[in-house]
Amino acid sequence: MILLWLILTPLIGGLLAGFSGRRNSALPRWLSLGCLAIDLALILVLSATHYGAAVTLNGTWLAQFDWPWIPQLGIRLHLGLDGLSLLLILLTLGLGVMSVVASWSEITERVGFFHFNLMLTLAGVIGVFLALDLFLFFFFWELMLVPMYFLIAVWGHERRIYAAIKFFLFTQGSGLLMFAAIVALALINYRQTGTLTFDYFALAKTRLGPATQMWLMLGFFITFAVKLPVVPFHTWLADAHTEAPTAGSVILAGLLLKTGAYGLLRFAVPLFPAASATFAPVGMTLGVIGILYGAMLAFAQNDMKRLVAYTSISHLGVVLLGIYAGNALALQGAIVQMLAHGLSTGALFILVGALQERLHTRDMRQLGGLWSTAPRIGAIGLFFAIASLGLPGLGNFVGEFLVLLGTYRVASGFAIAGTLGLVVSTIYALSFVQRVFHGERPAHTTLADFSSRHMLVMATMIVALVWLGCYPQPVFDTASSGLANLQRVASEHLPASGEP
Amino acid sequence: MNGSDLTAILPLIVLSGAIVTVMLAIASYRNHRITALLSVLGLILCLIAIWPASTVASRRVTPLLVIDRYALFYMGLIFAASIAVLLLSYGYLAARRERPEEFYLLVLVATLGAAALVASDHFASFFLGLETLSISLLGLIAYPRDHEKPIEAGVKYLILAGISSAFLLFGMALVYARLGSMEFTRIAALLAVKDDPPDLYWLTGLALIFTGIGFKLSVVPFHMWAPDVYEGAPAPVAAFVAVVSKGAMFALLLRYFVTTNADVFGPVPMMVEIVAVASILVGNLLALLQNNIKRILAYSSIAHLGYLLVAFLAGGALRIEAVTYYLVAYTVMTVGAFGIITVLSTSSAVAEVEDLDAYRGLIWRRPWLGGSFAAMLLSLAGIPLTMGFIGKFYAIAGGVSASLWPAVIALIVGSVIGLFYYLRVIVAICTPACEGPAAYAGAVPMIGGATLAALTLMLIGLGVYPTPLVHLIQLTAAQMTVR
Repeated sequence: MILLWLILTPLIGGLLAGFSGRRNSALPRWLSLGCLAIDLALILVLSATHYGAAVTLNGTWLAQFDWPWIPQLGIRLHLGLDGLSLLLILLTLGLGVMSVVASWSEITERVGFFHFNLMLTLAGVIGVFLALDLFLFFFFWELMLVPMYFLIAVWGHERRIYAAIKFFLFTQGSGLLMFAAIVALALINYRQTGTLTFDYFALAKTRLGPATQMWLMLGFFITFAVKLPVVPFHTWLADAHTEAPTAGSVILAGLLLKTGAYGLLRFAVPLFPAASATFAPVGMTLGVIGILYGAMLAFAQNDMKRLVAYTSISHLGVVLLGIYAGNALALQGAIVQMLAHGLSTGALFILVGALQERLHTRDMRQLGGLWSTAPRIGAIGLFFAIASLGLPGLGNFVGEFLVLLGTYRVASGFAIAGTLGLVVSTIYALSFVQRVFHGERPAHTTLADFSSRHMLVMATMIVALVWLGCYPQPVFDTASSGLANLQRVASEHLPASGEP
Repeated sequence: MNGSDLTAILPLIVLSGAIVTVMLAIASYRNHRITALLSVLGLILCLIAIWPASTVASRRVTPLLVIDRYALFYMGLIFAASIAVLLLSYGYLAARRERPEEFYLLVLVATLGAAALVASDHFASFFLGLETLSISLLGLIAYPRDHEKPIEAGVKYLILAGISSAFLLFGMALVYARLGSMEFTRIAALLAVKDDPPDLYWLTGLALIFTGIGFKLSVVPFHMWAPDVYEGAPAPVAAFVAVVSKGAMFALLLRYFVTTNADVFGPVPMMVEIVAVASILVGNLLALLQNNIKRILAYSSIAHLGYLLVAFLAGGALRIEAVTYYLVAYTVMTVGAFGIITVLSTSSAVAEVEDLDAYRGLIWRRPWLGGSFAAMLLSLAGIPLTMGFIGKFYAIAGGVSASLWPAVIALIVGSVIGLFYYLRVIVAICTPACEGPAAYAGAVPMIGGATLAALTLMLIGLGVYPTPLVHLIQLTAAQMTVR
């Protein structure tokens, strides 16, 4: 039941915020914060009471919730929380708080509607991380798009309409491929067992021929690849991230991209293990291409937000590489990388958003020497830039290192090529710092430094990144219980898939 | 004919009674409010009459009609849609100069035709119902007879309705020539007995009947009339054409195909699939080019009929279930979308608010109307939390279950294109409006507003929790397949 409340709380909060916005512009902000705090408390209580059991047993569900929704079609409201979902939901709530705080002074128009959309997106993302019924999963998957679309289209920057429509078309269109694959899987299962169900565990036992398995897997993969984004499908990302308001960029980069990675981990690989194994070299190749190509594109940008957006492609290439390398080490690395990328990129977007709010430009050619005027922004910018390039001691390093180490055991060539990405990322991260904070200062720039509110946000993220970099063991433990679940689902499948 | 038979056709009798009452009322005392009240009350009584009729279903009443759960379900849908259209029209007609009373009479007669269609099990009743429906529709489309566009639309509809009837009659004649029967159930029996594959007579007849129905459904390549008629007709009439006329025709098509098992024969499924794919692609692509909301909705309706045909091709029990759910969803969202146009058009006495530009900033000036319009459009696009999403699920499930991959791909591509033009409208209603003459200055009529609120609630309620509706539809479908 708590799991349902995890989704309902932001939903109700969003509705309240939407209605309260007409009277008072501060009320929606506080309501949203309050609801996120309640959610955070809920999940902490939940994990505290069940945590010990889950870690020792290595691969159980912390909590499950199963309720009929459309029983005639075998669709159930089946939610489940394991280590993987727990980590990602903590990230969701954390970044949710950050984005509410970051938009405190940026969003001044239609505050109620803004927070309504923000909270609805968060509810959708939490739903995606919890759903164990494939129909329900798709439901949430689509649900998070609409409010995100409004966030970009209403509060975005210059080319917001174009970016919003592109974002929506790419993600929705690819989503329908997955939907067709889900329905096909359910119908195949129906022909084999005689019961129509969309349940994750039941569908994992479906016997599939190699060709069918590959087609269905591709249906899932393309959807998640668009969201992740994997290189040929990445063009929506830069536009959407650049044009979105700060909170939108934070949620897009920090959370929506993670839903793609989560989908691969939770659904694409365990449901179709044999096809995924065949597909792994392609997946790893795409990952490496993403790492290098994303980094190169990032280096070529003059727009700060675009730069940060392209680094996401590079960082999520690492995640893709880790997922398809497939051993425990690489998967652990992929999960840490997801968390660290959420934090560091989220912080960079907040920073860039703050600069834009003060200077009304994102063009790095017009910036320079900001360190002397705004030392706090400068220092924090430097910190997150080097976090993003993967300095040891910070979360991103742990993630990248583990992924590369794990990949080296499977396919050394990919690991070596992936390592080059670390070099390129150093170049773009340092050049970003150089161009924005050092050098000649255009005479007219005067700007206010970070307020204590912003400093608090940033300090939290810094602490989290350092903690992730220096003592990631609790994260590993939690993640491994989730990974064991995935392993179990996949292994139930494997012996059966040998049959004709 | 005994008592049970009369009970079975009670909804049709009540409706006929209502028509006579309304006619006499208009003749003796012309009053808009009383006419509207009588008509709506009559339709509500028809809805209530479905309940006693369902206790004696299913039974055949005269060789012409069969009253089963399927027929009663669709009658309910048609009556409910007509009530919604009438409620929306009230404010719209009150603001206009034409005498409004006969409008209600025509809607009731058209509803009677549609209700007879969904219960017909015989070519004769099929044709009678169809003509009753079409001729009243002609009057409705050209109702504002002082204006050019409605007249033009009416003439267009008249010509195409005539042509399609001709096709239909010829097709029926061919089937009759071959099999010697006009009853659907007899046709099915005769077809089942013959061991030789159906010959050219039967196939040509079927193709011609499908063509005639295709005109009414405005599926590609018989779609040319739809955009012009939608644009020219008054908005509530456009809703009526899109929903009641097409819904009843589709219900009949489904009954004919299911009873006679028409699509086990060679090229028939292929023919339907080609029409479905063409409708989806052409409808969606042409909608991209429009700037007039009514034309956009017309092309989108062509595409939706294509989706319906994909669901129509599914096998087994899923077929009736999928089509019926989709039709209910389509009814709610189409009436809703046209309802918004109707309600916004009440303030001006002449023109309707149909230009996309006129909708700029709607959501900020009229949050409730704008919000419900956005909900209707998102539902048409098949986004979760709305009925359209479950409908799209059924359509995809239908296509996948019959392994019609080209149709499924067309459905996916069509949905993406469709999303683009629905988003265009949503963008328009969300854009902060530049100051200008607000095209919708007047007050929203209360009845119309309440109807829209009810439709929106239904759209979201049955989208989030469709279980009761799915249950009802499955009961309906079960009886139909058993028969």
